[in-house]
Amino acid sequence: MRAKAAKNSNTAQSPAFFELRLYVAGQTPKSLTALTNLKNICDAYLDGHYTLKVIDLMKTPQLAQGDQILAIPTLVRNLPQPIRKIIGDLSDTQRVLVGLDVREKVD
Amino acid sequence: MLIAKDAAARLPRSVCTSVVSVPMFVHNCRPGPIAVRIRMRKDLIVPKKLSTARRNFPQLDKAPTGITGFDEITNGGLPKGRPTILCGGPGCGKTMFAMEFLVRGAIEYNEPGVLMSFEETSEDLTRNVESLGFDLKGLVSRRKLFLDYAHIESSEIQETGEFDLEGLFLRLQHAVESVRAKRVVLDTLEAVFSGFSNAGILRAEIRRLFRWLKDRGLTTVITAERGHGTLTRHGLEEYVSDCVIALDHRVTDQISTRRMRIVKYRGSSHGTDEYPFLIDTDGFSVMPLSSIRLEHKVSNQRISSGIKDLDEMLEGKGFYRGTSILVSGTAGTGKSNIAAHFADECCRTGKRCLYIAFEESADQAIRNMRSIGIDLNRHIRKKALQFWAWRPTQSGLEMHLLRIHQLVEQFKPDVVIVDPITNLITGNTNEIHAMLMRLIDFLKERQITAMFTSLTAGQQAQEETEVGISSLMDTWILLRNVELYGERNRCLYILKSRGMAHSNQLREFIFTPQRIRLIPAHISAGTVYTGSARLAQAAREKAEALRQRQDREQKRKHLGSKSKRLASRILALRTELEGEEAEFERIGRVEQDRQRQVERDSIDMPKQRTFRSTTGDGTERRNEG
Repeated sequence: MRAKAAKNSNTAQSPAFFELRLYVAGQTPKSLTALTNLKNICDAYLDGHYTLKVIDLMKTPQLAQGDQILAIPTLVRNLPQPIRKIIGDLSDTQRVLVGLDVREKVD
Repeated sequence: MLIAKDAAARLPRSVCTSVVSVPMFVHNCRPGPIAVRIRMRKDLIVPKKLSTARRNFPQLDKAPTGITGFDEITNGGLPKGRPTILCGGPGCGKTMFAMEFLVRGAIEYNEPGVLMSFEETSEDLTRNVESLGFDLKGLVSRRKLFLDYAHIESSEIQETGEFDLEGLFLRLQHAVESVRAKRVVLDTLEAVFSGFSNAGILRAEIRRLFRWLKDRGLTTVITAERGHGTLTRHGLEEYVSDCVIALDHRVTDQISTRRMRIVKYRGSSHGTDEYPFLIDTDGFSVMPLSSIRLEHKVSNQRISSGIKDLDEMLEGKGFYRGTSILVSGTAGTGKSNIAAHFADECCRTGKRCLYIAFEESADQAIRNMRSIGIDLNRHIRKKALQFWAWRPTQSGLEMHLLRIHQLVEQFKPDVVIVDPITNLITGNTNEIHAMLMRLIDFLKERQITAMFTSLTAGQQAQEETEVGISSLMDTWILLRNVELYGERNRCLYILKSRGMAHSNQLREFIFTPQRIRLIPAHISAGTVYTGSARLAQAAREKAEALRQRQDREQKRKHLGSKSKRLASRILALRTELEGEEAEFERIGRVEQDRQRQVERDSIDMPKQRTFRSTTGDGTERRNEG
């Protein structure tokens, strides 16, 4: 299961570009909820300045070692530095935003 | 089966299959059919000894750890296919135990293993156990071992909503499958509690993990930090209840001792004591101490002490093999020298000797022994002698004991010398007493002759050792300094020697460039003389003897001349006597002649009277004379 969001054209102007990975284990309800929640948040706050990779550890368990994954689902923010991990189904949007260190959209 | 007839009548048919009357003689009375032989249905017969029958029942499957001593106290190792909790404070050897369990499993029992570490990286672990000779890299490349490091950094982690530890499960599964592991170690699983705040989820997940491990038949060791008042900080022992092992690291009088206790082992008997253990270059070793039985075999073989004169005092043959010998004395009485002689002797006769020194380094001892003509070095070169020297303060008592155990198991000596045991006393005398008893029992069981030296303080009673171990000893040689005429001299005597007619003499003990000599002490006029006093006394006595001899000679000469004189006098007297006798005889003869003349004259007289006129004057004259 691999999904890649389209890059927006004004990437260069944005101060932060997000490289995200979501680790899941099969099509569990928790994983699906997490993915839905994440997509909503990204659409709402990241405005296309991101890439998202979904990694299914059922298929590639050896990848868990690299990002030190124990809990499922885990969202890893690879960029910008430092690495951040958010575990859980990402139902609490505010906490996810704090975790990703995304400022609220200033209108 | 023989039973009384009336009892047989009451037995239901379903129980006994046949009844045969048998005549029976009771105390020479008349024979009568008072007993019957019945045949019981076989399935109803209860085996006579339940214990022997039970021995054949299958035992709980165990996974041997290969750790010295541990498999003994657990009767075979850890429960196979079940999780075991290994708890203890920091630095008490949990990881070491777990590593050895994995590595030995992979090498010796062909059971590949997985190590999931939550604390140390694989590189660190590999380096840490390299010193024990464990080549983790090699094992990993041969697919005998899988190392995984699960890093948990709570500062990186934000929790939002529900999660599970499926990632850990998948990683474990991947690891187990990639090497076909039979053994798993989770090194401080509790670290997950520091990474995640939702304890409820964690507990549920850990419970699931244990079940998961058990379902796959993985023999698992889970290490856990000891908590306050509980075995583990997060109460893991509640989930794993098959086997719990507690490691401990205690410091008494600045000396630390590691101990192990099997808190629980479901479905198996196990040793319940606290066992001391050691981590050294050979890894982990536990000492089973439970064999305190007096059942060792004894030998009638004799073993020379290496000192001819001492052997003479011991029926001329030396010690019994497999006994314990105590050499005690004050400082500088030559205890180590006796020990060195013994070591030298047994190496020369092709036996092996283990020498444990707590006072001198090996080199120093070898140099010092050369001064009395003993070259221990050549025995070391020939590997007949192993010399180990370490400070008694280096570790606790039980560690010393354990180390001696290890050395004995490796080297398999015929003789063990501990020089001196008194240095081991750092605290409780009860402890050292117990330790020595264990050591002596251990050595006796293996028919190893043991010699211990013991230092007695100057003011102390000589015949009392500090630790009261004399009763444990079979032979006790006592050395003492005798201070007399401005000198100290060494004396030796055998206080006891079980099972032999040993000498009761006090011997003087002399060092010569060619070994030790024991000289019977000089006893004269109720005093024992030693050293130069002995020499002086001997000289004095020699002079005295000479003088007496001269006296005697003179007297003899005197007597000789006297007797000569007397003999000559006797001769003179005898000559005189002979003269006298001759004279006496002559007088007698004259008297006889005269008598005869008188008689003749008396006869002739009447004749003469008648013829007087005719014969004249001549006849008359002769008659008168």
